[in-house]
Amino acid sequence: MLETALKGTKRYWGLLAAFAVVMGIGFLIYLKQFDFGLGITGMSRDVSWGFYIAQFTFLVGVAAGGVMVVIPYYLHDYKKFGKITILGEFLAIAAIVMCLLFIVIDLGQPMRILNVWLHPSPGSVLFWDTIVLNGYLFLNLLVGWIVLQSERNAVPPPKWIKPFIYLSIPFAFGIHTVTAYLYCGLPGRHFWMTAILAPRFLASAFAAGPSFLILLCFIVRKYTKFDPGKDAIQALSKIVTYAIIANVFFLVCEVFVAMYSGIPSHMDHIKYLYVGLHGHGALVPWMWASVILMLLAIILLVNPVTRRNESVLMAACIFVFAGTWIDKGLGMISGGFVPSPLHHVNEYIPSVLEVVLSLSVWAAGFFVLTILFKMAVSIKEEVNA
Amino acid sequence: MNDKKLIITGVIIFIFILIFPFLYNLGGTTEFIDPVLSEKAKAAKFCVVPKEDMKVEHMQILDVWRDTVVRKGERVYVNSDGKKFTMSLSTGENSCLGCHNNKAEFCDRCHDYASVRPYCWDCHTDPKEIK
Amino acid sequence: MENSRRKFLKVAGASALGMGMAGTAVRAIASGSGNKPKTMKNDNALTAKHWGMVIDTRKFKSHKDVQKLIDVCHKIHNVPDFEYLGEHKQQMHEIKWMWEEEYKHAFTDLNYKYVNKRVEHLPFLVLCNHCENPPCVKACPTKATFKRDDGIVSMDFHRCIGCRFCMAACPYGSRSFNFRDPRAALNLKEETVSGFPTRMKGVVEKCNFCAERLAIGKKPACVEASNGAIAFGDLEDPESDVRKLLESNYTIRRKQGMGTEPSVYYIV
Repeated sequence: MLETALKGTKRYWGLLAAFAVVMGIGFLIYLKQFDFGLGITGMSRDVSWGFYIAQFTFLVGVAAGGVMVVIPYYLHDYKKFGKITILGEFLAIAAIVMCLLFIVIDLGQPMRILNVWLHPSPGSVLFWDTIVLNGYLFLNLLVGWIVLQSERNAVPPPKWIKPFIYLSIPFAFGIHTVTAYLYCGLPGRHFWMTAILAPRFLASAFAAGPSFLILLCFIVRKYTKFDPGKDAIQALSKIVTYAIIANVFFLVCEVFVAMYSGIPSHMDHIKYLYVGLHGHGALVPWMWASVILMLLAIILLVNPVTRRNESVLMAACIFVFAGTWIDKGLGMISGGFVPSPLHHVNEYIPSVLEVVLSLSVWAAGFFVLTILFKMAVSIKEEVNA
Repeated sequence: MNDKKLIITGVIIFIFILIFPFLYNLGGTTEFIDPVLSEKAKAAKFCVVPKEDMKVEHMQILDVWRDTVVRKGERVYVNSDGKKFTMSLSTGENSCLGCHNNKAEFCDRCHDYASVRPYCWDCHTDPKEIK
Repeated sequence: MENSRRKFLKVAGASALGMGMAGTAVRAIASGSGNKPKTMKNDNALTAKHWGMVIDTRKFKSHKDVQKLIDVCHKIHNVPDFEYLGEHKQQMHEIKWMWEEEYKHAFTDLNYKYVNKRVEHLPFLVLCNHCENPPCVKACPTKATFKRDDGIVSMDFHRCIGCRFCMAACPYGSRSFNFRDPRAALNLKEETVSGFPTRMKGVVEKCNFCAERLAIGKKPACVEASNGAIAFGDLEDPESDVRKLLESNYTIRRKQGMGTEPSVYYIV
């Protein structure tokens, strides 16, 4: 099946080349970071996780979001998702690839990464995270590959693949739950110490993942002969609607609990993010932008008239993706570190090199995504022809 | 087939990558100079284990030692002759470099020749190299 | 990707095998001649069931009094000072095992408006609390940070992968990460001392209760330099200095409510 990725238009190769160039730049920056250390980033003693881990967290969500097409199709027999399940699975693969890359570039001693398996520590959530992430990657590769191959050969998928499909569902929930557990079990970090962190992560995941999938469907429909189907896109948009409402609802719950209880260590982080603390508020405009984007998206998505208009839907999906990205990929990690456990306010501003290296990891993910989607679409075109 | 040029370019690139390590090391030292045993080590006659074993096993011994020191907190090694040694690369007279007090002529010579760069010295210090 | 997974399993298997073989080799040497070689503690090593520290803050009058102890600690452990980088970068990449905090930062949950003026401006010495329930140890994915039988929370710099999960887990900000090569700062001042290794970039570090000194019969450097202001001993021994001090004085610990059970106590 890989050969379908080797034959493409100029536009296809141009796109891959563009991603490859950004990846190349990122590789050079990584060499610099490998040589100098993580001091090239904006991270500090007080804010010891930054942009890399935040991107990782957000992308775990995008990966988990893939399950929102798998569940309706395989558990509820919703046939219209049959055409796009493969797209959801391939999006998950690309997202996990990015997650793993972000973890690796965040390590101070990446050459020792195998220590995680050489000295397995079941007490550490990070240990479990590596297991569920790799497991989910494997499951999606296996399921995606086998199902696509069967489609190409015009036979139904083999029966033995079914258990793996069902297993991938708890794994999807698992990757984001375990990722939330990385944060919410830490004493002294009160911003994250909330039982709804995992549900909140899942809500934003099921908004961000499917909204991105909708945008990809529009792109695929425009540039290829494969049409994912209007109904599938509309069904996805309803999922996005529920999820983004749940996400904003959870955010309201968090803010209420912290502010109404009036416990300073819980309020301080929210104050820092939304109004600034002791004169520091680099993230304030971003956080409000996120709130506005998510609220706008809800207005556009809840109303059936606007939701059914595809250009409006496209805009709403961009709002959802951008809003959840700011919420999780920007505010969630820094917000937990500022103020520090000793109530010092040291802000985090990512360095230019750090941002460009992160961009290049995104480029690597899109590189993988382009190839996978090319394969999927080529085979769909072949079957339809 | 019109791919002749492509194939030849590919083969050339492949061969270049294959011989790159050799090209890279051209002009480096290839002559082996015997490591020198310090006066103190000569006088002692015996390392923690017999010389032949030490030649082959020293990295494994150091690996076991570091876990013993760091994780078990035991810092003394008693060998089969009942002699005691401090399980440390460079702390004190009874450590590795306390006896082999010529790291440059002893450790580095072999390591350089074999082109290995153990990262021990990224953290551990040679008392001679600091003031 | 599937491929790289398979490759990983192979590598992991091979290294596990390699380690096994190394074990047999060393054992083979061990059973060579004479007695069986063994490892042990130094005869004069100080031991305890649970090391603890009591800091009598009444005996620290000024910044100078605590700075003296901090300097001793940082000097013998080759803790770099990035002064030459300028204030901003110095603070971002700072490594500290022991440092000074104001009351309101050291005891965030015990601070209030009308707190006693003397206490408010007292220089508090803070360091790793060597918790009985250390969150950092739980978080570490490689057991690079671990709790010893004597209660010391220790670091294995050889094993640390630099994920910094422990830094997020520590509620006391006791951990520092080597964002850059610490030797750069040490070489600059020609300050490296022998007897304790430096660290390399990309690993986390913190106070080790001077485990390397206890091993050769010496109390921690800060205790020794404190002229009796800091007591150090076995918390499980009712006759120890620390227990007697705890018996005769009211003491506080940092963030008592976290359940971490610090081993460092403060008399105020």
